[in-house]
Amino acid sequence: MAIFSVYVVNKAGGLIYQYDNYVPRAEVEKTFSFPLDLVLKIHDEKVVVSFGQRDGIRVGHAVLSINGVDVNGKYTAEGKDILEYLKDSSNYPVSIRFGRARLTSNEKLMLASMFHSLFAIGSQLSPEVGSSGIEMLETDMFKLHCFQTLTGIKFIVLADPRQSGVDGLLRKIYEIYSDFALKNPFYSLEMPIRCELFDQNLKSALEIAEKAGTFGPGS
Amino acid sequence: MTIHNLYIFDRNGTCLHYSEWNRKKQAGISKEEEYKLMYGMLFSIRSFVSKMSPLDMKDGFVAFQTSRYKLHYYETPTGIKIVMNTDLGVPNCRDILHQIYSTLYVEYIVKNPLCVLGETLQSELFNSRLDSFIRALPFFNVRAA
Repeated sequence: MAIFSVYVVNKAGGLIYQYDNYVPRAEVEKTFSFPLDLVLKIHDEKVVVSFGQRDGIRVGHAVLSINGVDVNGKYTAEGKDILEYLKDSSNYPVSIRFGRARLTSNEKLMLASMFHSLFAIGSQLSPEVGSSGIEMLETDMFKLHCFQTLTGIKFIVLADPRQSGVDGLLRKIYEIYSDFALKNPFYSLEMPIRCELFDQNLKSALEIAEKAGTFGPGS
Repeated sequence: MTIHNLYIFDRNGTCLHYSEWNRKKQAGISKEEEYKLMYGMLFSIRSFVSKMSPLDMKDGFVAFQTSRYKLHYYETPTGIKIVMNTDLGVPNCRDILHQIYSTLYVEYIVKNPLCVLGETLQSELFNSRLDSFIRALPFFNVRAA
């Protein structure tokens, strides 16, 4: 049972805080001989598998490292184009590590703003009167919980589907935000949160939530 | 516990079917715009979920809930999307939506030589069977308006 990450989005939809608590990394490293039986393509400045699936390598996985050296986008660490490198049979046998690509900060910013809009559309398309936006989004691998305060700040927590007590955790994060970010005289509203005490208290709140499973009142 | 409405979309975004049983609030825009907005929202949620997910997903996006309603989603490998809005008391509906697809859509639409796939469904038989199937569900309960 784990809490994967926490996002805080301001009134305008911009990401002001992001923390990755636990990111499960399923990576597979294998040695390949020429020719490579997976079809690779460039997508979003990364080299991803477009066709072919074996031994834990799935479609959508990105090339993370070649021969133990981390790649740099679509180029190897030395600056060679990866697809060209892998077409050359003299470079084989080669050991490639595949896995889910990590989100860059830019992508996190875009996803947070995307969620901000989806939250509003969820409220607009409601068949019932007086509905809020999306408070909980469920998939088979994670559950996304969102709490919107009266001032428009959204606290978003991605957790394991079986994790309980996330509503209490969201209220607790709001409390930590108002204590260590809002009461900080050097913090400007709606700006990225760079308060050490906020980070520390958030980390301990997440630890407590993961261990206890629920949050009691007044903790 | 009640079911508000049901949408069926195809892979291109055309709304094949829409029926409502218990809807209190209209969206404030025309029906065509509402279908497009609903499809667009689902498309965006699917792409959002695939990027955000910490591990590879099997089923993908399943449902979301707000303070007043819950939206259940089921997508077939051919791109047929079945969306059902219910109230909050309803548990996981995935197998019911799968049943709608297999026993109603496949039987009365796909196997019907007169039904053109890709256009709004015209089959009266499909409509009436779907209506009786939904009304027969244990959590369907038409509240007095």
